[in-house]
Amino acid sequence: MKIDRQTLGFWIVLLGLIILVQVLVSIGILSPFWETLLKIGAVMSIVSLGLNLIYGFNGQFSLGQWGFYAIGAYAAADVTYRWAQMKNASGLMVLSLVVLLVGVALFLIAKLVSRMRGLDPLSAFALYIIGVLIAAYIGVQLGILLIIPVTQALSALPPNLAMQIVYLLAVLLGGFLAAEVSYLFGLPVLTLGSDYFGIATLGFTIIVKVLLDNSDTLLGFEEMKGARGMVGIPKTTSWLWVAIFLILVIILLRNLLHSSHGRAIISVREDEIAAKAMGIDVAQQKTFAFVLGSFLAGLAGGLYAHINGFLHPNTFNFIKSFDPMIIVVFGGLGSVSGTIMAAFTWALVLEGFLRILLPAGFETWRFVVYPLFLLVMMLLRPQGLFGGFEFPYLRQVLPKPYVPRTQEQISLVHAVEDASEGD
Amino acid sequence: MNDEQMTLMQRIIKGKWIGKGFLALLALAIIWWVGGKAVQSPSLFFQQIINGIQLGFVYALIALGYTMVYGIVRLINFAHGDVFMFGAFVSYFSIALFQLHLWPVRTFPTIPPIIGIVIGTISVILLSMVSCAILAMTIEKIAYKPLRDAPRISALITAIGVSFFLEYFGALPFVFTPNFITYKRPFEIVTWYIQGGIHRLEAGAEAPPGSVIFSNVLIIIILVAILLVIGLNYIVRRTKIGKAMRATAYDKPTSRLMGINVDSIITTTFAIGASLAGAAGVLYATAYPQVVFWMGIIPGLKSFVAAVLGGIGSIPGAFVGALIMGQAEVISAGYISTPMRDAVAFTILILVLLIRPTGIFGEPEREKA
Repeated sequence: MKIDRQTLGFWIVLLGLIILVQVLVSIGILSPFWETLLKIGAVMSIVSLGLNLIYGFNGQFSLGQWGFYAIGAYAAADVTYRWAQMKNASGLMVLSLVVLLVGVALFLIAKLVSRMRGLDPLSAFALYIIGVLIAAYIGVQLGILLIIPVTQALSALPPNLAMQIVYLLAVLLGGFLAAEVSYLFGLPVLTLGSDYFGIATLGFTIIVKVLLDNSDTLLGFEEMKGARGMVGIPKTTSWLWVAIFLILVIILLRNLLHSSHGRAIISVREDEIAAKAMGIDVAQQKTFAFVLGSFLAGLAGGLYAHINGFLHPNTFNFIKSFDPMIIVVFGGLGSVSGTIMAAFTWALVLEGFLRILLPAGFETWRFVVYPLFLLVMMLLRPQGLFGGFEFPYLRQVLPKPYVPRTQEQISLVHAVEDASEGD
Repeated sequence: MNDEQMTLMQRIIKGKWIGKGFLALLALAIIWWVGGKAVQSPSLFFQQIINGIQLGFVYALIALGYTMVYGIVRLINFAHGDVFMFGAFVSYFSIALFQLHLWPVRTFPTIPPIIGIVIGTISVILLSMVSCAILAMTIEKIAYKPLRDAPRISALITAIGVSFFLEYFGALPFVFTPNFITYKRPFEIVTWYIQGGIHRLEAGAEAPPGSVIFSNVLIIIILVAILLVIGLNYIVRRTKIGKAMRATAYDKPTSRLMGINVDSIITTTFAIGASLAGAAGVLYATAYPQVVFWMGIIPGLKSFVAAVLGGIGSIPGAFVGALIMGQAEVISAGYISTPMRDAVAFTILILVLLIRPTGIFGEPEREKA
């Protein structure tokens, strides 16, 4: 693979910045306050990139991102909490088997439904629900069987390493769980018009918040403590972890968007009917973008849960789902670089500098100023501040038109032209 | 292919039996659950029904605004719930600060007190309706009008922005403050209980166990809501403006060609919908006497669900949908768990969108050019 100088420069600057932050943190120049803000900036970047994939690139106006973020956060937090505080792998095993089996069930039912031609959406949804419930039940039972051997195996490892392994798995499982939930949820609602979809996803966020408020009584997870907030989650998310995840997500999105799959996703945003006419399975592309975006939200949720070691349902209030939306709109719809810059700006400037610099009354003004910004943006620059701008590595490389250089090539082109004219 | 040649599987698919069976099971479970509780304690069940009617009529007034605006500009007016909140606050200030509800008694001390109270209450409601209409017209002018030709999503984001702006502007300490404020009703509350006949419940007394309680708030809500809906129906069906509204909803370019001022009709629609929301705000605050800056969000969203359930764009649909939503909410709050009522509303939304996306009274959506 040929790496051009600009791409190389991009990577050097990015890695340099990450290492610089790490060095500053370990020397102690960067206080924990700023380190936390940087981590939150990276986490918000991942959430917003997911939302940008759904909304900016695929054109589906989703307000559900925050709900999937909450699912990922609580799922991952529960796994690590059980490992750190109860010293067993119950959360890990049950969640991983549930995620695995539900994934298999979804796959099989999708095959089945596609073979039953002419099945109405409600019946298909009923099949999915039944299948997922059965798979989840089997997963829980199998997971319980595996708790003791896995706990013993993990306990044999050095405790720090075991913690990191459990943490990594927990974050990934949170993402996969969010992805599976989004797949199920997307079945009925993704076929709707864009504004119905927005409201349905908003409803999803509200439902998740209500369930989290009653997680101890209604769902039966004692350790989540419902509306009192979950405490005692290990604080394992370091700057390096979020940086690694952010880089992986950037590479994933870049490669996806530059592939034919990515162009199919973008074509759905541009014109659904034209995309259909070009042979693109619009429903499939919508589902894919929605599930991947929700996966990123769940992943970011898992990372977020281990920053402060504290989760509260109010963090996942649907009013806060405004934050990724405003980041995406500001950064630019369909701009990866813009989203990342907007997310860090949001974290460092709005949450950091302004909170320090401005008087305490600013907090109450925040949500007055946000929507005004949004209104002005929508009226004056609907494509966002960085709409269309990308860093070198993320820039779409279009194939250059063939320009004949040597005399031989020129005569060859002429020969081809003559031949085609002769027909 | 006739019926004999179809395999069992094909028949199941063609008759949509899996989905129907699933729904039937769901319905059976709900009936089993609620019915069991209802048989256990019938008075509690009827009490819930009455509470549900009270809530349903308030939702109906809000849902009408949603459905009218959606019908005419295809925009989910997110800020509608906050207009409702604004109406509640206007009535709160007019009662608590300016004693507007007392003006007839003060100016004409000789009139019978009951008439004075009725006129006072009506003037409070009218003031809220007018101020909400003005607010909605301002919003429409500033935020929605420039985006009339923009993609629908831009308008939706703008609507969300307006909604947040109204809420958090209201939360500022010198506007509505971020606290719960106790609402003072424009009239004294009178309660009755039903137990072998209707008896008046004296203030401070406990209703006998096993009786069903209702108050004049319920009667006022039903009366005001029905009067307003009749008025709305008259405007939409019988007047020139209503005709123009229906024409604009049907086909904007053509109605413009017919000499209808589409922009002013859209503004009027916003104003009418907002005035209904303003009245709903007063009624909601008298029924649940507390006002706070975010009080409009959840009722607004639920009314939107009600409008979708009834068939968006349809006025009777919004009414019926809202009554169903009111029942669903109190029954889920009473028999499942109080916080679950918000979740149930959105579960209904998802079910409606799955089963009949056009709603109960809705017509299949026309593809707009």
